Amino acid sequence: MDAIRTVDLTKKYKDTLAVDRLNLSVKKGELFSLLGINGAGKTTTIKMLSCLTEATSGDAFLNGKSISKDSSDIKKIIAVSPQETAVATGLSVLENLEFFCGVHGFSKEKTKAKITELAGLLGLESVLNKKAGKLSGGFKRRLSIALALISEPEILFLDEPTLGLDVIARSELWDLILSFKDRVTIILTTHYMEEAEALSDRVGIMKDGQLLICDTTENIKKTAGTDNFEEAFIRIVKGAKK
Amino acid sequence: MKMLTLAAKNAKEILRDPLNLSFGLGFPLVLILLLSVIQANIPVELFVIERLTPGIVVFGLSFMTLFSATTISKDRDSSLLCRLYTTPLTPADFIIGYTLPIIPISVAQSVVCYIVAIFLGLDITVNILYAVLFILPISVLFISLGLLFGSFLNIKQVGGICGALLTNLSAWLSGIWFDLDLVGGAFKKIAYMLPFVHAVQLERAVLSGNFSGIFPHLWWVLGYSAVLMLIAILLFIRQMKRQ
Repeated sequence: MDAIRTVDLTKKYKDTLAVDRLNLSVKKGELFSLLGINGAGKTTTIKMLSCLTEATSGDAFLNGKSISKDSSDIKKIIAVSPQETAVATGLSVLENLEFFCGVHGFSKEKTKAKITELAGLLGLESVLNKKAGKLSGGFKRRLSIALALISEPEILFLDEPTLGLDVIARSELWDLILSFKDRVTIILTTHYMEEAEALSDRVGIMKDGQLLICDTTENIKKTAGTDNFEEAFIRIVKGAKK
Repeated sequence: MKMLTLAAKNAKEILRDPLNLSFGLGFPLVLILLLSVIQANIPVELFVIERLTPGIVVFGLSFMTLFSATTISKDRDSSLLCRLYTTPLTPADFIIGYTLPIIPISVAQSVVCYIVAIFLGLDITVNILYAVLFILPISVLFISLGLLFGSFLNIKQVGGICGALLTNLSAWLSGIWFDLDLVGGAFKKIAYMLPFVHAVQLERAVLSGNFSGIFPHLWWVLGYSAVLMLIAILLFIRQMKRQ
């Protein structure tokens, strides 16, 4: 069954067509990466799918629920980890986790159990009492993803999750994302080609709001006639007519 | 309960900022002390404690605008608000979650100011309790302004508009430092079209026990509070939809 299906999904800002009649589907449990240069429409697509912005036309269905008609139902099954880490910097890691448990209406017992589970899963035990604003980039990202996982989402949007991280922190985060890959449907945007290749089941490449290709990285490389995924990406994006 | 979770998070972030405490609480106290010392050394009645304290209490509330605007603006800039929009929180949860924590801070600030004023010679009467009670609608007025500005200004602009411009406006156009009749003309007319002078006169009337004197100032304060809160809610919802 499809976790996500978009039907001619379109977003227009005044004279700019940010997303142009997007049609794609993502299977349950799949890790799907959206790639594209800046302004390709990746973040706008995620914002529409997560009900943060209204589509100009078309629709999308998340586990069968329409983003235009059932946004409150959709908010119960999704979570977003935005490009910016989006944590409460004045609170400790523990307080951030407690805050989001409270926002989702968890009981005290469930909050405690969830924090223990997520702190273990994301390796946050050593920094639980540290202020979020004082964390390193890697730990901030981990906290950001932990906050997204609190609601036990069926669909998780990760918008450039490893942006600005060093090689080790990025590698650790990859392992983490791969560890919950089959349990949650993940939509990931990234500028790092090796990241998309290492993590994704399938990849969609966007340019000027349009989906140029949607396939596995292996098939995309074959289509572009190269063994290198970054080269394949460049050929496809450069070869696309404006 | 969800709104209380957001309110608790905001209260922690506001109270943990040392700048907030020093400006929000320290500055009004310094003003009361300083102006009382000046009053003790001049022959005319310029800063009499009975008239000065209600003015300073209202002036202190202008920092609540800064607190509420900064809290929202910071959460917008960091995308925390954007993340929260994808949770089951409703617009009402957001508005109450950003308003509620600042009301007890406003009351606490005014209580401290009145206690200091008692040490400086203010008579202890039951009217002080009523004056603290009337802080509630006045604080909603200033918090609404903060919600309004925080909904569309970034953190830097909030510092300029709420931190500098608004505190000056509420200081000069409220009759705290001088009688507006001394200036008169357009200045006085403009001042009386804004809510600040009405808030000060309301608080002065209550403290002096002149309860018939709270009108029409109470209507001005309530009217401005309601309109500003309504605009703030509309702007907040518009900004939510414009992500």
